[in-house]
Amino acid sequence: MSTAEKPSYKVIGTRPIRHDGVDKVTGRALYGADIKLSRMLYGATVRSPHAHAKIVRIDTSQAELMPGVRAVITSEDVPEQGDRVVELGEGAVNMRHLAANVMAREKVLYKGHVVAAVAADDVHTAEEACARIEVEYETLPPVLDLLKAMSADAPILNDDIRTESIGSAPSGSDQQTNVAKHFMFEKGDIKQGFADADIIVERTFDTAMVHQGYIEPHNATAHWNADDKITVWMSTQGTFSARQQTAELLLMPVSSVKVVPMEIGGGFGGKISVYLTPLAALLSKKTGRPVKILMSRTEVFEATGPTPGSHMRVKLGAKSDGTLVAGEAWIAFEAGAYTGSPIGAACMCVFACYDLPNGQVEGFDVCVNKPRTNAYRAPGSTHVAMATETLVDELCEKLKMDPTEFRIKNAAGEGTRRVDGPVYPRIGMVETVEAIRDSEHYKTTLDGKFCGRGVASGFWFNVGLKSSVSATVNSDGTVALVEGSTDIGGTRTSIAMQLAETLGIAAEDVNPVVVDTDSIGYTDITGGSRVTFSTGIAAINAAISIQEQMCQRAAILWETDAENVRYEEGHLVGPSDQRLSFRELAEKLRELGDAVVGYGTSGSETQGGAFGTHCVDVEIDPELGKVQILRYTIAQDAGTAIHPSYVEGQMQGGVVQGIGWALNEEYWYDEQGEMHNPTFLDYRIPTCYDVPMIDTIIVEVPDPQHPYGVRGVGEVPICPPPAAIANAIYDALGIRMTELPMAPHRVLAAYLGRNTDD
Amino acid sequence: MPNVFIPPSMRDLIPDHSVVSMQGKTVRAVIEQLERSYPGAKDRLCSGETLRPGIAVTVDGAITPLGLLQPIGENSELHFLPAIGGG
Repeated sequence: MSTAEKPSYKVIGTRPIRHDGVDKVTGRALYGADIKLSRMLYGATVRSPHAHAKIVRIDTSQAELMPGVRAVITSEDVPEQGDRVVELGEGAVNMRHLAANVMAREKVLYKGHVVAAVAADDVHTAEEACARIEVEYETLPPVLDLLKAMSADAPILNDDIRTESIGSAPSGSDQQTNVAKHFMFEKGDIKQGFADADIIVERTFDTAMVHQGYIEPHNATAHWNADDKITVWMSTQGTFSARQQTAELLLMPVSSVKVVPMEIGGGFGGKISVYLTPLAALLSKKTGRPVKILMSRTEVFEATGPTPGSHMRVKLGAKSDGTLVAGEAWIAFEAGAYTGSPIGAACMCVFACYDLPNGQVEGFDVCVNKPRTNAYRAPGSTHVAMATETLVDELCEKLKMDPTEFRIKNAAGEGTRRVDGPVYPRIGMVETVEAIRDSEHYKTTLDGKFCGRGVASGFWFNVGLKSSVSATVNSDGTVALVEGSTDIGGTRTSIAMQLAETLGIAAEDVNPVVVDTDSIGYTDITGGSRVTFSTGIAAINAAISIQEQMCQRAAILWETDAENVRYEEGHLVGPSDQRLSFRELAEKLRELGDAVVGYGTSGSETQGGAFGTHCVDVEIDPELGKVQILRYTIAQDAGTAIHPSYVEGQMQGGVVQGIGWALNEEYWYDEQGEMHNPTFLDYRIPTCYDVPMIDTIIVEVPDPQHPYGVRGVGEVPICPPPAAIANAIYDALGIRMTELPMAPHRVLAAYLGRNTDD
Repeated sequence: MPNVFIPPSMRDLIPDHSVVSMQGKTVRAVIEQLERSYPGAKDRLCSGETLRPGIAVTVDGAITPLGLLQPIGENSELHFLPAIGGG
């Protein structure tokens, strides 16, 4: 771990046992599927067998006649949304599209699209009833290819889509299109930049649609009470976002919906949108009973949002001394059935690691007959890192420069203006490259005929958004910490540690709980690598409030004014050198006035961004094309690592998912849009047999926006692996891989100089 | 005066400028000034009294949750960018 003038902390930087650890390892933690309520019904869904079709007729009569069936719903039961665009905390959403994604209205736009749902006494009856619902379709030609979907003669998915750009004139056009959004960013003089370049590299890249691969499938249980209060129990990354989506979709006030977060078995961006919640609520409304719906793994794959596939053309120019002078990118993302891919973020990330004087980036969000894509860990950044970092490696090769030397020479730093405009505050890109350059791994020679080493860097913005916490001092000196951030990666503990550090007490003396939307102030999603940063600030603010209240209580005890009492490292110190520990004063609070409760919020802070640089060694079987990861080291700027074990875990987890993108993961669609690998047997995420122990180097360049210097760590580690591995493959075999995943057949075909279709 | 970076797709309205200086002490005031100089500019960026859905404004490099109400300094920089979420 490299440390830059780190202050002396007592709690931060330690590795306490996670507060929810016992429940998790003993199986006592309750997940969405564990919910059992009195008189609960079970739901199931009817899904389209076609990727693109008009719904001609739905006959539910046979299902409704079945004993044990309590309710059937179709799109007729889902409120019409009209032309509404609603801000849902993490972005604006077209409500007509969101509603149609939950339950298809006139057309189905991907195989697995829900067209009806049933509630019954048991799940088997519900599934049998679904099988008896007759749906007549008029099939339409599916559009699965990104570039074909952009063409003027492509079948149109959504008749209400016209291409939008930031600041563009309203199209006023009747021209229907699948290209929902267009982005353009410019900096400097791109023509002059390339004219000044001594060397130019340019390639086209394709990346596959990849699922987040969370272990726990989507679930929702809802009870629509007779007083029109709706309670939802679910696995979600954001209770308040789920509440608003559900309320908006049902045209109910947000205050009528309470979302109770269950433990979450992974999300990675895929558990922000709601799918089942409105259906369970509508079935509950019809029956007056709670309804639980669980997705199967196949339903998760076929109908929930993965990261988009992409097609990119990227070009870089450099001087002969290795100075980058120009970059140009054309990027198209598969939005899936409805608009909303992270193409904007991708455009802003593509050159974000470098101080590029001249740049131009153009991006397109394109609808295709696949499930609506959703966020996935640093959305959009992994795609573009594959392109840019491969070209950087190619420049290094042609310039005969060490890849770390080149990156250090051109790295973005404080004051660098990004191609999309804003200027960086203090960031740690250079420090991550230096950490890799100085690592034992990088200094160690790699031998072997089919072995190679690759380096790549990556960037993610990290976001701030809003959080709320409350904290109550107990009479035994512990603190009950109540928060609204659902805990995916150990944030109960990372938030509790910041409260403990500020109060000068032990992390174990803080008891964090995550509560429902009626029990805490507004809190945005657990996503964007924001919780340890933003909810941490809220906890620090709550702790400062507790400090002030404890000083007031000590002043009462010592018969002096509060300004005469100091709070020092977990102790109250009076004007006559009286001294009480936090615990000692807590024991006396009963006689000292009101309860001590601290409230804290955050929302005005913006994170400075996170960078990582990776180094990987691979060995390739020249007969099979299989890439084996021999050694992997990641260096990442964490700002200040609150709980180093969790930081390391996020870094390692991100790398493993990135290795999945790189080597194996993709949807196998046939020409009709049917996915042929919708199980974990055939959709191959990495296992412990595929990855070695991943070495971590935590770089700490504190973010001045956070009192302790925290930077989010959850997302950026997924960005560099595909490019790092592609560069290692080049080092081993001399072939530039430009398509993800770099599965054995593609590597072998490239190695043998053949087309992959052979 | 604060500098407003003009998105490329607004260049039809504000030709030959990638950056314009506009007076104003809030984002809203700057956009109103932009509208006076380049009629139609406000409608490109705003929907009613808020920024258009999907647009975020950064002031001096930081995305502001206050949107149009964000106070700005004499030498501030404003950028209109896609709203960013995360996974």
